[in-house]
Amino acid sequence: MNKRIASYIHENIDEILENWRVKMEEEKDDRFFQIMSDKVVDNTVREFGELMISSITEEKATYTAKLNDFSVQIVRYGWSISFVLKALTNFTEVIYEKMDEAEYLDEGFQSHREILTNWITPLNHSIVDAYSVVWEKTVSLQKIALQELSASLIPVFEKISVMPLVGTIDTERAKLIMENLLQGVVKHRAEVVLLDITGVPVVDTMVAHHIIQAADAVRLVGAKCMLVGIRPEIAQTIVTLGINLNDFTTTSTLQKGMEQALAMTNRAIVEVDI
Amino acid sequence: MNLRSSVDIITEWDIVAARQLGRNEAKDVGFGTVDQARITTAISELARNIYLYAGKGKIEIRQVTEGNLRGLLVIASDKGPGIVDVRKVMEDGYTTSGGLGAGLPGVKRLMDDFKIETVIGEGTTISASKLLR
Repeated sequence: MNKRIASYIHENIDEILENWRVKMEEEKDDRFFQIMSDKVVDNTVREFGELMISSITEEKATYTAKLNDFSVQIVRYGWSISFVLKALTNFTEVIYEKMDEAEYLDEGFQSHREILTNWITPLNHSIVDAYSVVWEKTVSLQKIALQELSASLIPVFEKISVMPLVGTIDTERAKLIMENLLQGVVKHRAEVVLLDITGVPVVDTMVAHHIIQAADAVRLVGAKCMLVGIRPEIAQTIVTLGINLNDFTTTSTLQKGMEQALAMTNRAIVEVDI
Repeated sequence: MNLRSSVDIITEWDIVAARQLGRNEAKDVGFGTVDQARITTAISELARNIYLYAGKGKIEIRQVTEGNLRGLLVIASDKGPGIVDVRKVMEDGYTTSGGLGAGLPGVKRLMDDFKIETVIGEGTTISASKLLR
């Protein structure tokens, strides 16, 4: 029975795909056909059809591999999952209509229908699965990438280290900042640490709270913490929020902070005539 | 004119989405960088309160006109436990989560107009607005 459907689809693949395509173009969301070049659409449509066939005819392992490849590709094209599922449903409908038209469906009609249902439903599931796996992978990779540039302490001079903070600080990152800061201070034997918040878009009470806590902890391990890179608008919001940062030195730029840090460790940068 | 848009607050990253939206809207209205920072910070505080105390809720941002002044209205609503003592939460330094306790009084100072409606056990709606002068 399966073979019969498969061979039918295989024989009439061009027609089915054409009908399917017309049907998809009727869909309101014709964004799909506008943004993709004809060639890409053609190839994808064909691949999709072949995938549908291979899900009946081929071994499960081959098919799964094909399905994964296809999902990865679709995700890369940025098609929405609802669109893909819609495409799948339409594809079934087209095959159905065609088979009905050609009176290919005899008394075995009911079981054909069952086969189609049994075939399409798992296919739906596996596409959703493959799709979400690809997404999850992308998200987790990005998360790792983000973590890598999260918070590193850079020893600039002897006794002076800088931690540049870029981007949003959430609870997880705040923890990381604290850990890296304290470990780094001990490891590099820093006496002054500069926290640079030039790249932090919003300093609200939570961010301020974490910074204050980090500074307190740094003090406990015997170093001094400076907050540098405070932009004018951030300075104003901090004042309006009523956050007290009197306990540590703050400067507008990293450069000024560095000069002060050098002064604190009894050094200075001087120009020399050679 | 009454343009509105909203962000559901469910995870910590939705806070970032909410204030990004706020920043764009503020830019759109024509606020300067300082006021943009004020509005985004206020949204950040309100969204974080939803995340911390109510679990989930919504931040709605509307462009408003009052007379011939344009402005932005931020509405933070949740169906959380409500606020027991409103006067107390408006005091600087009062906190139940170990934070700085500057959130709500800070938002009030950052914005022009500030209103809390809260019912114990039903939820809280905070609306805060700022006009472009």
